[in-house]
Amino acid sequence: MKILVTVTGDDISSRFDLTSEVIIAECDGGQIKGRPRTILLGRPSAEELSGLILKEDASVVICGAVEESHYRYLSWKNVKVLDSIIGPYREALLKVAGDALSPGDILPGASEKDSAA
Amino acid sequence: MTVQAKTFESPDNGIGVMTGSGLINNIDLIQFMDQFPHGLLLFDTSLQIVIFNQYLEVLTGYKREDVIGVRGDAVLRSNLNQHEDPLHDVFETEEKVVIEGDMINRDRKKIQVRFTVAPLRSNSGDVTGAVVFVEDISLLKDLDEKAHGSPALNKIIGHSRKMQEVFDMLPVVAKTDASILITGETGTGKDYIAEAIHKASRRAKHPFIKVNCAALPESLLESELFGHVRGAFTGADRDKPGMFNLADKGTIFLTEIGDLPLSLQIKLLTALDDREFYPVGGSKKVRVNVRIIAATHRDLETYVKQGMFREDLFYRLNVLRLPLPPLRERDDDVRLLLEHFLREFSSELKKNIKGIDPAALAVLSSYDYPGNVRELRNIAEYAANLCDGSTIRLEHLPQSLTLEEKKDREAALSNSQISSPLPDKSTVRSSEELVGAPATAGWSEIEKRMILDALLKTGGRKTEAAGLLGWSRTKLWRKIKTYGMS
Repeated sequence: MKILVTVTGDDISSRFDLTSEVIIAECDGGQIKGRPRTILLGRPSAEELSGLILKEDASVVICGAVEESHYRYLSWKNVKVLDSIIGPYREALLKVAGDALSPGDILPGASEKDSAA
Repeated sequence: MTVQAKTFESPDNGIGVMTGSGLINNIDLIQFMDQFPHGLLLFDTSLQIVIFNQYLEVLTGYKREDVIGVRGDAVLRSNLNQHEDPLHDVFETEEKVVIEGDMINRDRKKIQVRFTVAPLRSNSGDVTGAVVFVEDISLLKDLDEKAHGSPALNKIIGHSRKMQEVFDMLPVVAKTDASILITGETGTGKDYIAEAIHKASRRAKHPFIKVNCAALPESLLESELFGHVRGAFTGADRDKPGMFNLADKGTIFLTEIGDLPLSLQIKLLTALDDREFYPVGGSKKVRVNVRIIAATHRDLETYVKQGMFREDLFYRLNVLRLPLPPLRERDDDVRLLLEHFLREFSSELKKNIKGIDPAALAVLSSYDYPGNVRELRNIAEYAANLCDGSTIRLEHLPQSLTLEEKKDREAALSNSQISSPLPDKSTVRSSEELVGAPATAGWSEIEKRMILDALLKTGGRKTEAAGLLGWSRTKLWRKIKTYGMS
């Protein structure tokens, strides 16, 4: 299972359409395999990011706020979108690998002071 | 150090304001902020939320208890950081910042907002946090569009006679304060019409609050509508105003009113009649000035007869009735809406879709659209996504549509072929009997003759003719119109 997370620093970015960095990780048997890859986008664009998600053949996307149209487009393309997640992306990756992440989750670490941008 | 730790130490979220005058010693700051008809947020110097008012709960979709201590930008989900960063800047400049932008709420809806961010100072003059004032300016933007020639009601499209009747009614019903009952099948645009009425009314600058009566269990719905007082039930640790309070001076839109539990119907009726109500667990009446718009896809008259809906409430809501026509009765609106949605999705998906192939258009025009405009929109989105060129063709349509059309043809052909051996049950003439039908006649020619034949057999009675053809009456009516046979 390939997972794509939209990030800003160490956290999940608050907006899908304004994301300029993504992390791609492979998960197998409840574990994250290897070292996640980082991709920097040329410019923030929900359309181009959707294109990248399909090109990378990601089956799960973890993000913050996403507009309905993009959510439906990705869902229609059989990509599972876990949106409105707040917190550190590493925590999100661990949770999704353990099948314990749901849309709207506010993760431990989201309220720690050192996580402030 | 957080604002909460430094300044808001009194119990029950009270604030000890150390002013020289000593006029205010203990304000319940949260309750105070909940009274504002705009979003209000307090955060500390590490940008973590300290206070989050009730209006912001409605605007963002986040519950206060979930976001206290969470970073403000992660919850507001605005586009502000793209250009400037007023949340950070306010600590550097120590000046108030006003900036317009947008935010995306938990319902995945983008809302135009104006943020006012101002520093909060302690008694010693140090900046210890900031307050963010969030105004929903979607309405202003709509009015601005109106002023520049783009109609505020441009979400509603239709040239058909039935929709024109609805449009003619809108300004009339918007002028009054009477309750409105909007009826219509699912997907006919009841929500858009309700919002349009509110925006065209004198209450437009006040809130438009939508409550889906079918979305919450009975126990929660009462509290959602009328609010509750502290201690009303387990977990009610503070007073909470209901949607009626939030809609004060504005409009409350009760959608799926047919699904409102009977026990709440009497309370709603009392609130409508008296313009006041008791919050859950409260002993003090709350007075509000709210206009009611209700909507349902249910047949409320039947519900009343079956005892599932109170007759008195029905008559109270049914002061003005606005029935919305289903799409299949809206003449050429299918084509109009289709082109509109394809233009929208073509631009959104950065495609160059210019038109629809005649065969695909024929399928789309003859479909019944049980899901109405919502279904048509979804079909347009599907087709636009699949279309790799500039024309929507049959293969770009959902398979269910093309299969249905195929099934219709096969059923009609089969009817025509079995009519001869079963003369007493004959429905339409067999293909051989179709007078003058050339062997190479197209499907439309055969269909026209079948329609004529069925109408002749039934003496022009369309309902019976439709039955003979195995079609719905509206489908027959549309075919007659398509072939210019009227």
